[in-house]
Amino acid sequence: MTQPLFEFLCRLGDNTLVLGHRVSEWCGVAPVLEEDIALANTALDLIGQTTLWLGLAGEIEGKGRDADALAYHRDVWDFRNLLLVEQPNGDFGQTMMRQFLFDAWHRAYLTALKDSSNEQIAAIAEKSLKEVTYHLERSSDTVIGLGDGTDESHRRMQNALDRLYPYVGEMFIADAVDNEMAHQGIAPDPASLRSAYDAHLDRVLRDATLTRPDSEFTHKGGKTGVRHSEHLGHILTQMQWLQRAYPGATW
Amino acid sequence: MVSEKPSLATIWAWLDDVPDPEIPAISLTDLGVIRDVAWQGETLEVTVTPTYSGCPATTIINLDIETMLRSKGIENVALKRQLSPAWTTEWLSERGKQRLEDYGIAPPRIAGGPQHCPRCKSKDVERISQFGSTPCKAQWRCKDCLEPFDYFKCI
Repeated sequence: MTQPLFEFLCRLGDNTLVLGHRVSEWCGVAPVLEEDIALANTALDLIGQTTLWLGLAGEIEGKGRDADALAYHRDVWDFRNLLLVEQPNGDFGQTMMRQFLFDAWHRAYLTALKDSSNEQIAAIAEKSLKEVTYHLERSSDTVIGLGDGTDESHRRMQNALDRLYPYVGEMFIADAVDNEMAHQGIAPDPASLRSAYDAHLDRVLRDATLTRPDSEFTHKGGKTGVRHSEHLGHILTQMQWLQRAYPGATW
Repeated sequence: MVSEKPSLATIWAWLDDVPDPEIPAISLTDLGVIRDVAWQGETLEVTVTPTYSGCPATTIINLDIETMLRSKGIENVALKRQLSPAWTTEWLSERGKQRLEDYGIAPPRIAGGPQHCPRCKSKDVERISQFGSTPCKAQWRCKDCLEPFDYFKCI
């Protein structure tokens, strides 16, 4: 762990990059036009936030890599995103459940980062928080609408929750990087956000008539980069092929 | 080349005439994205804040500011990005809100939705989607004249 701050910023930027790319896969094929536009807008916000986080990561690293270099010229083992955000879109319900589970954490995390001892991090968090608050409002409403909808939509949302819940725990597990960030007052201890997250989750799931899985088993290895799921490599083949085929290409 | 540095008031007046690239009915000053203009020696420093972090118009806004200032003879322009305080629709000017309404876009309101349909002024409106054709807008519909319209999101 040579540069904990760089690692930390890559985690933030890779979360928004990978989820932004995932969500953008819906562009042109969403169930209805309004949702298509909403998903594309959400993806755009996340990619915009990525340029801020990875841009700062590159500055901190000090080796001349900018946001594009970090996004397009790293391989799977250098990515530091949560396993949750690289999970496949599935159906629209699964996409929105993933979004909800992430948004609720993202909003809580950014709220804490607004008070970061690092001014640049606090400024990016303040900017992102406005967008993410809007994302959470929409994903919460959609989870409730579909969960408490028809038998079919309810069944799909419960399946999505059962499938994705084992990825929630990773967001709250601290490692050496988190401990160092907390120690420096840069970021919160992830575990400190769990109870508020659970309260929000329970409230939305109750309104959505969905049942939270019993097991607290959690997959991990995404944010540390130790063990990504197979899906990330497939995302990168889509996302990076142009820069790999034509390094440094611009238009 | 200009022999004497233009005053800040003159520069603000010039900026008043630079339209927003995506909603040209309003100017960049109406939008509230230009936070400061100051001379640092011979360099004019313009501080710009983005509306949304991923808004593609941001780079065009910077380009338009620089192009306009150069056309006025200012050679040394530095554009500074400022993220905090984050842009808010409270920085939209009153003139800007009126121009939006006249253009057919309902201006933002703290209450969270349009006051009325920008076309027929009916208050009987409903939300179609929280998002719209640009990051700053949502889609609404008038239940009287049945026209869909854009609402400038309040953030």
